[in-house]
Amino acid sequence: MKPSKRSFALALAALALFATGLAQAQSTLDNVMKAKRIKIAVPTDYPPYGSVDKTMTPQGLDVEMAQLIAGKLGVKVELVPVTSANRIPYLQTRKADLVISTLGKNAEREKVIDFSSAYAPFFQAVYAGKNLNIKGFADMGGKTVAVTRGAMEDQELAKVAPASLEYKRFEDNNATIAAFVAGQTQTLATSAAVAGDMMQKNPQLGAEYKLLLKDSPCFIGIAKGEDPLKAKVNEIIANAKKDGTLDAMAKKWLGRPAGDLPV
Amino acid sequence: MGIDFDFGAVLGQWPLLLRGVLWTLGLTAIATVIGMVVGVACAWSRASGPTWLRWVVGSYVELIRNTPFIVQLFFIFFGLPAAGFKLSPEVASVIAMVMNLGAYATEIIRAGIEATPRGQIEAAVSLALNKVQVFLRVVLPPAMKKVWPAMVSQIIIVMLGSAVCSQISTEELSYAANLIQSRNFRAFEAFIIATVIYLALSVGARRLLNWAGPKYFFGR
Repeated sequence: MKPSKRSFALALAALALFATGLAQAQSTLDNVMKAKRIKIAVPTDYPPYGSVDKTMTPQGLDVEMAQLIAGKLGVKVELVPVTSANRIPYLQTRKADLVISTLGKNAEREKVIDFSSAYAPFFQAVYAGKNLNIKGFADMGGKTVAVTRGAMEDQELAKVAPASLEYKRFEDNNATIAAFVAGQTQTLATSAAVAGDMMQKNPQLGAEYKLLLKDSPCFIGIAKGEDPLKAKVNEIIANAKKDGTLDAMAKKWLGRPAGDLPV
Repeated sequence: MGIDFDFGAVLGQWPLLLRGVLWTLGLTAIATVIGMVVGVACAWSRASGPTWLRWVVGSYVELIRNTPFIVQLFFIFFGLPAAGFKLSPEVASVIAMVMNLGAYATEIIRAGIEATPRGQIEAAVSLALNKVQVFLRVVLPPAMKKVWPAMVSQIIIVMLGSAVCSQISTEELSYAANLIQSRNFRAFEAFIIATVIYLALSVGARRLLNWAGPKYFFGR
């Protein structure tokens, strides 16, 4: 029997599938070492973890961490700017090899990506004007709050705040802050670092710290199934912790030592 | 890269999606009605209003048509509060959409008005119709008929453009898709479903408008 066109096409398709399977079997770590460059997703809207300076060069704790990891691997770093909402999809679609973007660890996220050891401290809180009486989460009923979509604050707030709290969700931290500063919402749920920056630049708002949402240190996000890369990153973090690099970075950017970080 | 689709994870959130669809349709409906009224009024002003009014309307049209929609939206939502006008995301979205559609509708309808033969207007005047009657009964219906396909396309563009309103936390369809994907990280599925819904909405809206236009606005 002559092989028909159809079976030929099928064979080709099978071959293509097999080929992609092979390509996938090669780990990200191998690819990074071969290409001599690593793509690391960092925030550019989250000072002091990640922002851009006057010459549009990324800077901040997360950026420095990315440079540290690339340096220890002996490869060039390619910084990929991401927002809270799109950083995990960037990792899932392999637009980035690592995500170093104030990423907190929770059960939902552990289903889709892996985490390294923690590298920096971080906590989120609720902020509002001094004249607004908020003593506990129950007082937030009927108020409006600005949060960044996909950020930890969004998920954590849903667990503790009353259902009558009205959420205004924005695409990135800059928009969230802008909405609060413009008076579009009464309260703001965000990280201490971002809020500190906002209050410093807008003293006329009279905003203050109200409630602690969650103490959630930052982890590095790694795609599922990349164990060699994860082991390497953890080794770099452990060494940096031992020789005081992590403490020095936390002091430089956050004004306090790294403290006790979970492994 | 292997992809495992899980549409259930997104479709399970259908109340969010449905709310998003209703907001998208609601915003578009309001923007269409008010925007067309603005368009007709401005088209009249530009075609036969007093000089100062022509100048004002002309500036409005050029300002809106030569700036991006998202900038207009941010100006209204983030900019105006500094001047004391605080608007909810929904109201800001409607205003931005009305202003946007109004400006484009002005030019579309004006094209139709200018295509009306002079003889037709002179005939109407010789029948002792006043200025308003001439415009509303003789000039406007055939003008609308001529430009209706362009008008419908513009309305669809504004409807699709409303996706941008999710940026100021208006809870329309894109906002719903984005919220779902930020919760369960099913970005591909969420946006495939949003795409299919937008496609259906566009096709449906186009058919509705193609049917409603001749029936209600300009005879056969």
